[in-house]
Amino acid sequence: MNFPIPSLIAVSAANPWSYLVFALVGFAFGFTLEMSGFGDSRKLAAQFYFTELTVLKVMFTAIVTAMVLLFGAVGLGILDFSQVWVNTTYIWSGILGGLIMGVGFIIGGFCPTTSLASASTGKIDGMLFMLGGFVGAFLFGETEPLFTNWYNNAGYLGRLTLDQVFGIPIGAVVVLVILMALFMFWGAEQLERIIGKKDLSKEPKIRVAGAVALFVGALAVFFIGSPSLEDKYNKVKFTRTESIPQLNADPIVNTYTYTADDMLAKRLVHITPAEAFKAKYNQAMNPIYIDVRPEAEYNLYHVEDAVNVPLDRITEIVPLLLSEPPANSVFIVMGNDETAATDAWKLLVGSGVTNSYILEGGVNNWIAFFGTDDKALQANPKAGDDELGYIFPAALGSNYESCSPSPVEYEALEFEAKIVLQLKRDKSGGGCG
Amino acid sequence: MTTQTKKTIFNRPEKPYVHPYFGGMVLGVILFLALLFTGNGLGSSGATARIDAALVDAVSPSHVDNNPYLLKMAGGDKNPFDDWILPVFIGALLGGFASGAFNGRLKFMTTKGPNISNRTRWLMAFLGGVIFLYGARMARGCTSGQALTGGTTLSAGSWLVMFSIFGGAYALAYFVRKLWN
Repeated sequence: MNFPIPSLIAVSAANPWSYLVFALVGFAFGFTLEMSGFGDSRKLAAQFYFTELTVLKVMFTAIVTAMVLLFGAVGLGILDFSQVWVNTTYIWSGILGGLIMGVGFIIGGFCPTTSLASASTGKIDGMLFMLGGFVGAFLFGETEPLFTNWYNNAGYLGRLTLDQVFGIPIGAVVVLVILMALFMFWGAEQLERIIGKKDLSKEPKIRVAGAVALFVGALAVFFIGSPSLEDKYNKVKFTRTESIPQLNADPIVNTYTYTADDMLAKRLVHITPAEAFKAKYNQAMNPIYIDVRPEAEYNLYHVEDAVNVPLDRITEIVPLLLSEPPANSVFIVMGNDETAATDAWKLLVGSGVTNSYILEGGVNNWIAFFGTDDKALQANPKAGDDELGYIFPAALGSNYESCSPSPVEYEALEFEAKIVLQLKRDKSGGGCG
Repeated sequence: MTTQTKKTIFNRPEKPYVHPYFGGMVLGVILFLALLFTGNGLGSSGATARIDAALVDAVSPSHVDNNPYLLKMAGGDKNPFDDWILPVFIGALLGGFASGAFNGRLKFMTTKGPNISNRTRWLMAFLGGVIFLYGARMARGCTSGQALTGGTTLSAGSWLVMFSIFGGAYALAYFVRKLWN
């Protein structure tokens, strides 16, 4: 089984179980916070006077435990990390918002979820914090138009993880974070001993074993490493349905599951120039044309709105493709013919980029289809495999007529539609959005 | 004969809190399972904003449609409750209540520092809530959605938010020490 489970990525009325699953997650969350003492504001505030560092201990134990399990599951290929919501990075609004939250924390004695655990157990201050929260969120909504430009651009870096920031493997980051957490736990206990006058000899000895287990787990994550692109590619599954109309009855609907290689062999991801062109005028989807040829050829001739990402640089744009474009984006890769485009498609699919397709016959086929009237273009009989099959009088880029066919002239185009929109996680669909 | 105290859910013997490392470990496993099954972690401040958006939408739908922030959640035909964070929010309230009931901690009371009145504490709790959620919306998530969940998935931005929360609180702690000590 592949995780996460697609039908549970978001709630939907079509799948009422999704509400129950998230309610259970919330229930367990609230229960744990309350039993850890977070219904009591004094326990939370004590963190900031070094008398009792429960907040730090609970929070960091949770983070490192979940992190080792998460990246262990990713490394073993059970969980597809590209489908896990990673909070997008906005440097400045994150820092300012964080500082403001800190002020609210020390004045109010709670954070939002702990106030829920507090309010639901009858603590009046917890209820008032919760009430104040509604006012605060309302005020943000009312004042946000004043700085909406800043808010939506403040140091935006997209889906950025620490391994990318430091340029080291994700397993190494996990090991470092766990070492940091263990050091912080040790420091926290020393502070409790010195400032909080706590007798450490009464602390359970098993915590040392827990620390060792965490460290061993982190080392395991490091040595398992991340699954290779090839492993991930081989695990990708596509579903296609086929509807057979019946006389006087509902049509029979067959559902097939294909691997990525099946999809290539059956040419189910090869879309004709007509379909690629018409996608632009289909309101359900947002086509993004990715031209994987070398820049020189792109400059000679390219389809209007195509972005040039040479094949050897395609992996660089994957994080962007995973986080940036809207959920209904369709990525259409094109080369001169299909060889380079197929390689690019494999990289995209292996990296978890959904809705990726190949332009059938590449740019050559596009010109053959839309450029028959273009006198300026002459066929190049000497062109080899996956080379540009035309000779261009000048490097006009997308200024040849056939680069942007007229939607009026080509209003009626017949083609076998192969694009099946698979809605991935919306970029605003995760986190505290 | 000893007097028997009636054992209702409001009058159970109060049990001690669990050890922080144990609580954290349980929380970590829950967070992992949430990420494994749903790809989403934990959160709550988004629900507060969505409930607000629904209220504003009920009073003045046109105001929602003219406000870029509310528009995203409740504009037009959008139902602001159609998000995973709502069931998590309601679940957390129920879970907190259940743990309180189970462990004998359901009690109307005010948790506060020894040197301030109930009224001061109430005012400060309310103010803190206003400030915290304002910041949480600006940072696109609170201690749960950013620090806990983003921290686990190694989001660079979330680690910045986490350090900023602690930085803000530690920087101000000395000046408001009368509230807590």
